[in-house]
Amino acid sequence: MREELTIRIAGEAGQGIETVGMALARIFKKAGFHIFANQDYMSRIRGGNNFFQIRIANREMFTHRLMSDITVALNKKSVALHKEALHKGGSILLDKAKSGITENDTRLFDIPFHDLAVRAGGKDLFINTVSCGAVVGMTGTPFTYVEEIVRDIFSNKGEEIIKQNVAAAKAGFEFVRERSKKDRIALPAGGGRRTLLMNGNEAIALGAIRAGCKFYTAYPMTPSTGILNAMAHYAKRFGIVVEQAEDEIAAVNMAIGASYAGVRSMTATSGGGFALMAEGISLAGMVETPLVVACVQRPAPATGFPTRTEQADLDFLLHSGHGEFSRAVYSPGTIEEAFYLTVKAFNIADKYQIPVLIMSDQHLADSYRDIEPFDTAKARVERYIVSKEDSGAVKNYKRYQLTDSGISPRAVPSWIDDPVYCDSDEHTEEGHITEDASTRIAMVEKRLYKKTAGLSGEVEKPASYNIDRADRILIGFGSTYGVMKEASETMKGGKTGFIHCSQVWPFPAREMTRLLKGAKNILTVEGNAGAQFGRLLKRETGISVNGAVLRFDGRPFDLDYLMEKL
Amino acid sequence: MNVVDFKSNDEIAWCPGCGDFGILNALKKALALLDKKPKDVLLVSGIGQAAKLPHYIKSNCFNGLHGRALPPAVGAKLANRNLTVIVTTGDGDCYGEGGNHFMHNVRRNADITVIVHDNQVYGLTKGQASPTSDPGFENKVQVGGVILEPLHPLEMAIALGCGFVARGFSAESEHLTNLIVEGVRHKGFSLIDVLQPCVTFNKKNTYEWYAKRVYKLGEGSPYDPADKMSAYQKAAEWGDRIPIGIMYRNEKASYGEKSGVDTLPPLVDGDIGDIDIHDVFKEYF
Repeated sequence: MREELTIRIAGEAGQGIETVGMALARIFKKAGFHIFANQDYMSRIRGGNNFFQIRIANREMFTHRLMSDITVALNKKSVALHKEALHKGGSILLDKAKSGITENDTRLFDIPFHDLAVRAGGKDLFINTVSCGAVVGMTGTPFTYVEEIVRDIFSNKGEEIIKQNVAAAKAGFEFVRERSKKDRIALPAGGGRRTLLMNGNEAIALGAIRAGCKFYTAYPMTPSTGILNAMAHYAKRFGIVVEQAEDEIAAVNMAIGASYAGVRSMTATSGGGFALMAEGISLAGMVETPLVVACVQRPAPATGFPTRTEQADLDFLLHSGHGEFSRAVYSPGTIEEAFYLTVKAFNIADKYQIPVLIMSDQHLADSYRDIEPFDTAKARVERYIVSKEDSGAVKNYKRYQLTDSGISPRAVPSWIDDPVYCDSDEHTEEGHITEDASTRIAMVEKRLYKKTAGLSGEVEKPASYNIDRADRILIGFGSTYGVMKEASETMKGGKTGFIHCSQVWPFPAREMTRLLKGAKNILTVEGNAGAQFGRLLKRETGISVNGAVLRFDGRPFDLDYLMEKL
Repeated sequence: MNVVDFKSNDEIAWCPGCGDFGILNALKKALALLDKKPKDVLLVSGIGQAAKLPHYIKSNCFNGLHGRALPPAVGAKLANRNLTVIVTTGDGDCYGEGGNHFMHNVRRNADITVIVHDNQVYGLTKGQASPTSDPGFENKVQVGGVILEPLHPLEMAIALGCGFVARGFSAESEHLTNLIVEGVRHKGFSLIDVLQPCVTFNKKNTYEWYAKRVYKLGEGSPYDPADKMSAYQKAAEWGDRIPIGIMYRNEKASYGEKSGVDTLPPLVDGDIGDIDIHDVFKEYF
């Protein structure tokens, strides 16, 4: 019996790897296990080699492992590719006849997926269902959970299809149980909890919906497209207009236009699309119009690795857009943070009338964890506009009225009687074009100094763990939260702590200085080659890190990788 | 409403005699005729001389980036469908820098009116060729004269299925006023390309040059703007005679109608205070 298991489904794009993986994740969640699941896929529609990996345990997990215990190989290539990443005692489940494998290796568990599928329903399609049953058979988890999820998945396909799929799953399950009675992990006590199995993209979309986003526009770009899909899926239910833009420039400008008209708006993209949006970030800063943009990073430069992960756009997001203006940049580390910080992003964008960026990456976007349902009481909408009721009394309205806070009352066009003038040229308080030097100074101070001062007072506090008299402190931002957390808890040989920033701008300089006071050995853990976060820390606090664990091969950090490097 | 209701106190930065004045006056007259209240009108522009126009009218104004007049205009229209959204853009802004948005917003067919101040030259950057410059036009950049074929915006718009395609002349104020009134009334993307002499940088396509050539469609002989093939012919006519008027008109469902936005209350009026997402959680159990 093991305390945790890693299960991998490997095969070609188009073989339904994600479908099997998600079904298994749901089955094990139903049985009461905690789940961490992530995906490794190539930029192609068919072929190649992809895998979906599920880690299950009786305790909560935040990252994945390097080695697998049970691997389902849906094609020949997957056998060779995944044999090396198999734990001692691990098995590869495969259909030898169908994948043309003749070698005898005790790690290979030959299961006639194809024949079992044909017998159950007469169709090749059921291979995935058979393999689900087989995997669950390997673990010792009762079949009832499989049946429940299979029924749910095919619930709108009619009783005949449901029956055939249940039979297919049962065939796979029993084939395994008859040959291997071993239970590989203890069942959790208490059974399934009402948790959500969700990924980072879905959490951002739900955050946007909760925040009252009513206009979402984007140009599809991996790995951000999941947000667009989710917004489109919920559009009708929540009265949201979702529009696919002709390009990212249109997307960001449309969002700003809708926001000017008084509607919470958002767009999302990845680095390449964000490069096109740079002019819009600057525009939002200048016209002081709220804008929320999620940048779901992938390896760059240029097209890079379209379906893989990296954290190399940190510097870019901090500096994108010509000129000087205030912004906030959040870097959620978990699915929960992705949700709550998206709600906050809308509130802060509204309050300060600025662009707010949510920096995610493919790893966070496509990884699933079982999480407690969001507490909507902690995700409240705070609007900072002149309400419709108050609009009638507005006279001599000045869109860019100078105030101590740098924030001017934001009125909605047509709600007030006065016109709302808004300009990307330097402008007067009334919003008209000017070249007056003293007005220019006042407006730059308003947009940069005053707003940043306000923003600095509401920076997300970094999360820290085990840092008191630690032998080493890991620091990072974004999706490395999970791996730093588990490494801190797991590392032997000296005390390891970690600090995670879920907001990188304004930088939590005071908090970081306090937390790192007297630190002996600071190591930055980043998914980039330039140690950008370490340099940001140095610039904003004067603190130098002692070393960096950097990964830039396009793959996410896993617990074993990080521990080996430390 | 009267023209004076749209009077702005902002100082006008155009050259004396600029063709833009004719467009400004026609637009104010059209808004008065349409009985729009200044607070219900939104003028959106990009960058260029045309883009300054919204400041010279008392109404809401979003003056964004070069080439990007159309995206925020559509965003604002979808956010608040009660706004009358009019774009004032130029040949460089709309057909050059913003060409992609022009093509796709014709397809999108949101209910906006687009007035293109087409002077066939880049005024604000001091006289370079624009996408609609006549071949041979000499300036400091195209020193041997323009060698590129001109873009044909009206033919393009007709080919893309634009439901309202018109050409005006800034010196024909009453005619232009009428085109704008019709354009705003048209439900969908309306394109009004306006011949607008640049008195400083375009010494060829002057008031006199146009006055000799311009004639009104339907005057003298009948013209049916519903006929797509004659619309193509008229849109392509350029030389000794240049037609102005509504070239093509074809009422069809707008974006707001097809997407269902028009059946909802304006998005901006929705209460977003406490949106209940608990029902969604079930999909993730």
